[in-house]
Amino acid sequence: MSSGTAMVEVRGVHKRFGRLEVLRGIDLDVRPGTVTVVLGPSGSGKSTLLRAINHLEKLDRGHVRVDGELIGYRKAGDRLRELPEREVLKQRTRLGFVFQNFNLFPHLTVLENLVEAPVGALGVPREQARARARELLARVGLADKADAYPRRLSGGQQQRVAIARALALEPKVLLFDEPTSALDPELVGEVLDVIKDLARTGTTMIVVTHEIGFAREVADTVVFMDGGVVVEQGPPAQVLDAPQHERTRAFLAKVL
Amino acid sequence: MTATTLDTPRQQDDGTAELPIVPHRRPWRLVAGLAALVLVAQFLHGLAVNPGWDWPTFRAFVFSDSILRAVGVTLQLTAWGTVLGFALGAVVAALRLSGSPILRTIAWTYVWAFRSIPLIVQLVFWFNLAYLYKRIGIGIPFGPSFVSFGTMDLLGALGAAVLGLALHQAAYAAEIIRGGVLAVDAGQLEAAAALGIPRFRQAWRIVLPQAMRGILPNAANEVISLFKGTSIVYVMAIGELFYQAQVIYGRTGRVVPLLMVATAWYVLLTTALSLVQYRVERYFARGSERTPPPTPWQRLRAAVTEIQEKRA
Repeated sequence: MSSGTAMVEVRGVHKRFGRLEVLRGIDLDVRPGTVTVVLGPSGSGKSTLLRAINHLEKLDRGHVRVDGELIGYRKAGDRLRELPEREVLKQRTRLGFVFQNFNLFPHLTVLENLVEAPVGALGVPREQARARARELLARVGLADKADAYPRRLSGGQQQRVAIARALALEPKVLLFDEPTSALDPELVGEVLDVIKDLARTGTTMIVVTHEIGFAREVADTVVFMDGGVVVEQGPPAQVLDAPQHERTRAFLAKVL
Repeated sequence: MTATTLDTPRQQDDGTAELPIVPHRRPWRLVAGLAALVLVAQFLHGLAVNPGWDWPTFRAFVFSDSILRAVGVTLQLTAWGTVLGFALGAVVAALRLSGSPILRTIAWTYVWAFRSIPLIVQLVFWFNLAYLYKRIGIGIPFGPSFVSFGTMDLLGALGAAVLGLALHQAAYAAEIIRGGVLAVDAGQLEAAAALGIPRFRQAWRIVLPQAMRGILPNAANEVISLFKGTSIVYVMAIGELFYQAQVIYGRTGRVVPLLMVATAWYVLLTTALSLVQYRVERYFARGSERTPPPTPWQRLRAAVTEIQEKRA
């Protein structure tokens, strides 16, 4: 089924927590250089899908490929065998993940937060990693905060640092899990601006969010999820303005 | 000013606003403070003039060779007990946090056992280890051994004491370390995992430095209580501070001044440990929301600069 053109390929992914089936057969293709926005009511499985893509959640069935490589598993005869943790960690360096609650390391300065993974996971020389980190901080507009500790920053600044931290590994794909949901309304814009800027430069991204306006403006593909399945997907003009399904219409009516 | 309702309070203005403000007086607070000072003065006076304290004897022994050597032994026991205890404790904590139910159970049992046995009982056990096992060797489990040593040669009294203290300390250290690790936000490990940081580095660079904030106050408590607790090994006739003090007063009959010699050393060294704790805690508080208050020394320096600036 591998199409060969997709940067991220999700096929028949199932996931259950105890008796609750959170993902019930998800198929998704993300072309390189495009932005996919995942919408859906809370509990629809969008965050779980995102976490399954970089193997923060194990799968019960199905597979995820990034740039053609199986994530978290390897094919062994007629079954998928989970990779040792060391291999999974190596794969994750090619996937950037931005959390809702930032999860910056509070005991490290902003610069150290950006340097930690390139040095610790990829073995980049420290000086080189620091230079790159300063470039990235400039890119998210926080060059002057390199030596500050994360808790001294506003929520919006922290999330921009978190995006820069994810970029420091030069990942093939960036995954955003509700990146603005923990922010005060007036700080949402500065984070979305950074993501829009990344979209313009052709970074492949999957963004789980509730920001419909952002989806309309930036997304190449909008995916609407409900009850653990993809209800419909397509360009924003189609999914947001002319939804085919009743559930999509009902959701959009509530959030718009 | 136009005549509005806002002007009405002016009619009641009888000059109250200009009166000086006097805080409520608390005469009994002063009385209680003075009474406490009298008690303290009485106590200090007693220390100075009561011949029972026998300060000349105190002075004669406080820096004597035998006492200084005993202080050395006490410090040695504390250092070994702390280092080995916390090293083993870290391993036990890691086992208790591991995914393996077998390892978790073993670690839990270890903590259960060594917290259940009184230290003094355990020490006497180790002291009599040679009674249970005459020789100790390394080899195949349940099979032949390649090298073996006489238990008495391998484990002298001091070795038995260190072993007992360390094993005892490890049980408590394990729980303290585990508590500190559990207090670190789960999102931190998740972020480290999402960044692909290797497992050991996650623990060493991300989790432990944050766990240290919770571990340190309890760990310092443990080190200080171990330091004083080493006096318990007098039951094994090891020449640590308390034992040595007993030996001397057994010979000279000067009980009180020699207890004061031991007390003075315990207080002095505990104070030093507290200062170290203060410093280390401040180091690990970096980046936290609640910054620790300035040290007394920093406060003093700040006051001095302020005065200098006022003069200038």
